[in-house]
Amino acid sequence: MKKQLNLSKSKIQDCRKMAKKISAPVFNLIAEKSSWSIERATLRLYGVDDALKQSGLDYPLCNAVVDELRKSKMEMYGVTPFWMYARSKHTSLSANDLARVICEKPSDYFHYQVIENYPKLAKLAEKETREAINHLLKVRDDRYKLKRKLQDPAQVKNRPMLYLIVATGNIYDDVEQAKSAARSGGDVIAVIRSTAQSLLDYVPHGATTEGFGGTYATQKNFQIMRQALDEVSLELGRYIRLVNYSSGLCMSEIAAMAAQERLDFLLNDAMYGILFRDINMQRTLVDQHFSRLVITLSDIYINTGEDNYLTTADAYENGHQVLASQFINECFAENAHMNKDRMGLGHAFEMNPKIPNVFHWELARALMTREIFPEHPLKYMPSTKYKSTDIFYSHLMDAVFNLIGRMTGQGIQLLGMATEAIHTPYMMDRYMSVVNATYMFNGIGDIMEEMQLKKNGKIDKYAQKVLDDTHKLLKSMEKNGLYKSIEKGELAHVKRTIDGGKGYEGVFLKDKKYVNLFASILTKELPQIKKKLKSKEKVR
Amino acid sequence: MTKMIKTYGDRHGDGKVQVSFTLPVDKSEEAKEAARQMALSMNLEDPMVVSMESMGKGYSMFVVYARLKTEIDFDTIKAIKVEVNALSMYDCDALIKNKIKKKLTIVGACTGYDAHTVGIDAILNMKGYNGEYGLERYGQLNVHNLGAQVLNKDLIERSIKLKADAILISKVVTQQDIHIRDLTDFIRLFEETKWPHGRPILLVGGPRVNHALAVELGYDAGFGPGTTPNVVATYIIKKYFDNHGIKE
Repeated sequence: MKKQLNLSKSKIQDCRKMAKKISAPVFNLIAEKSSWSIERATLRLYGVDDALKQSGLDYPLCNAVVDELRKSKMEMYGVTPFWMYARSKHTSLSANDLARVICEKPSDYFHYQVIENYPKLAKLAEKETREAINHLLKVRDDRYKLKRKLQDPAQVKNRPMLYLIVATGNIYDDVEQAKSAARSGGDVIAVIRSTAQSLLDYVPHGATTEGFGGTYATQKNFQIMRQALDEVSLELGRYIRLVNYSSGLCMSEIAAMAAQERLDFLLNDAMYGILFRDINMQRTLVDQHFSRLVITLSDIYINTGEDNYLTTADAYENGHQVLASQFINECFAENAHMNKDRMGLGHAFEMNPKIPNVFHWELARALMTREIFPEHPLKYMPSTKYKSTDIFYSHLMDAVFNLIGRMTGQGIQLLGMATEAIHTPYMMDRYMSVVNATYMFNGIGDIMEEMQLKKNGKIDKYAQKVLDDTHKLLKSMEKNGLYKSIEKGELAHVKRTIDGGKGYEGVFLKDKKYVNLFASILTKELPQIKKKLKSKEKVR
Repeated sequence: MTKMIKTYGDRHGDGKVQVSFTLPVDKSEEAKEAARQMALSMNLEDPMVVSMESMGKGYSMFVVYARLKTEIDFDTIKAIKVEVNALSMYDCDALIKNKIKKKLTIVGACTGYDAHTVGIDAILNMKGYNGEYGLERYGQLNVHNLGAQVLNKDLIERSIKLKADAILISKVVTQQDIHIRDLTDFIRLFEETKWPHGRPILLVGGPRVNHALAVELGYDAGFGPGTTPNVVATYIIKKYFDNHGIKE
């Protein structure tokens, strides 16, 4: 896409430099601390995915094992040495059975001698971990194979991918809705999670048929939906992507599940949980890093949650907070060796429609984001806050959203629903939305290639101002540091403290003898693993 | 006096309506006929299935135009509604200052599983909604916005501690009427509670809420979409007057 705006290159470079400085101290935190979620994710990567029956309810085995680790007061070593010790004692048991055995007599496995003798187990641990990594690479390659057989919507040059949401609460109804959405023209299906799942410190187990405002993210549900989408992909000759949420207290666990079940995109944001779900800062920052290592390995795209800044604070006035967060998210992702073309940075069309000339400002902000992040598959979110219960008006808003999304070359367009202000989408709401987007995208084409925006005109100037404000905000954040900046409410006007929020008890200091081979191997080897990657896939 | 009315298209008495729905069958002439019969069963005359769109395998969407037979005497209609002549923020503040002579405490929350604070924020946040300042900006109101996913029992505990004069509950996202179960559960707890500082005024708002529902559940008032903060403030003041025998 040709450049339309006159944004200062040196200012953009400056912003990137400051974002690096702001995020730097977090890497010490990541080196020093781990979390319950990371330990459970580790167990999932070793193959644990079943649950114990506890008073009629399913309690995940990963949680049960990590509970025992905590009770033995040995969490500072991580779960890995003990797992490997148990593995060496029971070489033929499945991962789930091994977890059961550990829970039956934890004192046999969680004791200090294991740590002293760990060097003897190191070889076995390395072998087990490499097997698990190879399994994930195989799952990843299965995705490439399937994509090669089919048309990939990401490679259709002239439009963003159509991203649709299903949210019935029942995974089997979701399957029906998702298939219909794909057949209507959807490219990406997101299964919205049941509200408040982000605050659960475990991942529910099995196929689920009850949820509130969405469907529980469970490993079985992932499997069911991916299989359904494979079927419909083959039927349509078009690869349909699946999305879920690697966020909340189980951020790293869900990344592990998604890697195993071949999900394509994950909502994953370095700061969203802190600001919008009041999850502890340290917990989120430590978890996001581990999750992004796994995500990079499996060549999953992330979608970040900056659109939320625009619903919480005023969208016209707070464009700079979004841009600042995008720079910081980019930094954290790069630290997990993620390529820019896998970072679906988020933003949104959320300005008050009554502001005079509002489309100028929406266009300016969307274009600015595109030009500052040219390689990123940007994810553009529709209006929600100002959606009306007049569905005809709301449908019209979505048409303008589609117009601006296409004109500014967004990578992933999350389609708005005419009934957004009323209920979770019905099948026909989704259908109307796809018709809307298809019509707009077809008509608009590459229209911006045919025109040049006025230099230093209203649109240009607004974009420059957002960049200027971002520069100022990052400067202030650089001075205060990330933790203090969040404590002061510099992002989204939300104030959070370093040891406040949910899940803080689940963050712990690592001992010198702490072991997590996924973290250490991936940190070292991801750059080489990525080099061998044959996929040339690019979403804009 | 009677005033008979029918739905209106472009001539009085034409009874025109538009209906759209989905049928779980493939697009076909039979599907179209089924849609027509569905319309007939809705007390509609001369239904025209003007559009039948395939939504992929097994589902079709229909748009139907028809004439609704129903005629209603508008003069017999009574609605349960909140009667508020909304005042401005300045007038509200002045009324509280002059008549109530103490600041009112408002506690608001989005309860249960609901994580969507759009509604409660529109009413409470400084900035407000649709050009009307939010209650936090009112000089004579102490506002506590507890945010999202607040448990019913926590809301009650906090309201006692803060000596709430009014409690605002917001319900945005809902499924299978979970919001009604939540609201009912809250009312039960609310009624069981001994309020040492007097029973707070109890309000609920959200896209699926209206005054009739709120009153039926036991709330003082319910506010639907589009409500501005000053409407809520005015209601609270008037209700406080009523409850305390204050005359305007």
